[in-house]
Amino acid sequence: MVPLSYIAVATPEAAIRRTAEGQGAEYIAGGTDMIQLLQEGIVAPLELVDINGIAFDDVSVAIDGIRIGAMARLSDVADDPVIRERVPVVSRALYESASPQVRNMATVGGNLLQRTRCLYFRDATTPCNKRVPGSGCSALDGQNRVNAILGGSDHCIAAYPGDLAVALVAVDAELMVTGPTGERTILVENLHQLPGDTPHIETVLKPGDLITAIWIPLAAAGRRSHYLKVRDRTTFEWSLASAAVSLGLHDDVILDARVAVGGVGTKPWRLRHVEDMLVNQRLDQALARAAGECSADGAEPRGQNAFKVTLLRRTVERALLQIGGLA
Amino acid sequence: MLEIDEGQVRQSEAAYPQHAASIALTINGESCQLQVDARTTLLDALRDRLHLTGTKKGCGLGQCGACTVLVDGRRVVSCLTLAVMNQGKSITTIEGIGDGELHPLQKAFVEHDGFQCGYCTPGQIMSAIGLIQEGRTRSDDEIRENMSGNLCRCGAYTNIVKAIKDALVQGVDAPEAMRQAVEAIRQDAEKGE
Repeated sequence: MVPLSYIAVATPEAAIRRTAEGQGAEYIAGGTDMIQLLQEGIVAPLELVDINGIAFDDVSVAIDGIRIGAMARLSDVADDPVIRERVPVVSRALYESASPQVRNMATVGGNLLQRTRCLYFRDATTPCNKRVPGSGCSALDGQNRVNAILGGSDHCIAAYPGDLAVALVAVDAELMVTGPTGERTILVENLHQLPGDTPHIETVLKPGDLITAIWIPLAAAGRRSHYLKVRDRTTFEWSLASAAVSLGLHDDVILDARVAVGGVGTKPWRLRHVEDMLVNQRLDQALARAAGECSADGAEPRGQNAFKVTLLRRTVERALLQIGGLA
Repeated sequence: MLEIDEGQVRQSEAAYPQHAASIALTINGESCQLQVDARTTLLDALRDRLHLTGTKKGCGLGQCGACTVLVDGRRVVSCLTLAVMNQGKSITTIEGIGDGELHPLQKAFVEHDGFQCGYCTPGQIMSAIGLIQEGRTRSDDEIRENMSGNLCRCGAYTNIVKAIKDALVQGVDAPEAMRQAVEAIRQDAEKGE
């Protein structure tokens, strides 16, 4: 780890001032990914701006939605009675993230920005366009079992590793962001960018931008929701494929649907064509099978990750069966 | 009495005094003030500077749980937090849990063979204290799921679950604030089932 300086701030204004100037300052909140990246020599900021003193860490319910402070810890949000009852897909995604210790440390804002687990991004001795732009992609013809089958490019096939962001896409969540030019909102669905030929640019956030809260509209909280995560071991592991499903149901008929998948895309991946085929249909085994079958349409497997095509289909099918009480 | 080992200030730390900070921590009930480089993890500060070597360093990347301690009563991995980020916090390590004799969980681990080599054991026990305080002990499966942040390469998992269940029966005192939080979680869980 190269020498770095450290400053703790107590207000968003102070935090933004410190990082907006582009002098190599980075935010640190829970620190659970940042410190891994520092230890492995993957990032080398000149200064860490500790934002733990900013007290945006509560879950509150307003007339039109649920607000989660960005500094709230994963364990607290997972346990929150409102989150458990109104948006179980979010609670479930958080319980299935990381380990109990890490969930006590990591913040929901930071979790959305966690970096990929692509083996080559995490190995500073190998070429990686995301880590060193222009150096090449080692995963295209390498050990790419965990890499993405959707949204990749000739420059990068790193999978987005998180669970929370996938769940949030399924409940139409927005981020409240404060930055040098003021406040704005960003749909979680639009936060991450495709790698294209600039895989080192991962989100639409600009230097100095600070996520202050997550907003879940109450309309989405009225839908039935579920998160299914499939991984190499039953716990404390990143997903190989996951499905976040949120359905507005009347009797067994689907009036409104969101289907987002994780572990398979270069960003949290929304399956609009699957949503379209679900709407106005009766949720039964045949529909779940049909929706699962087309959920990997457009996938581009690259060798070792080819199993994810079938895994994704079965994961979406099973998530739909579970949400309908059919499995 | 905690002694701060100034001889263990790393060369790299001494070379960059501009990157060091003075922090106040309460460790196992005792206040201490120490100067640390910004890069020093809480784990390294505990082991190298305060000679509290009961907390073990395994992977250094948050994957094994050997370095689990309580910060303000919650279990965390001390390798993934910088010492400077813990200014003003209260840290409990394996050295701080017995009150003149073994803690009920330590006794239960001995009783049930909850370890072989012992390297992961301080982390297992600190994690189990956090687990019990969180109230996530309603079944063997729930205990296993919520001890998943602690790896044991000797494979003593079966007996670790037995030890935790036994300690629960024997009674493990949790701080009052944690007891209230646990009660809230339990009531909520019952509602949801």
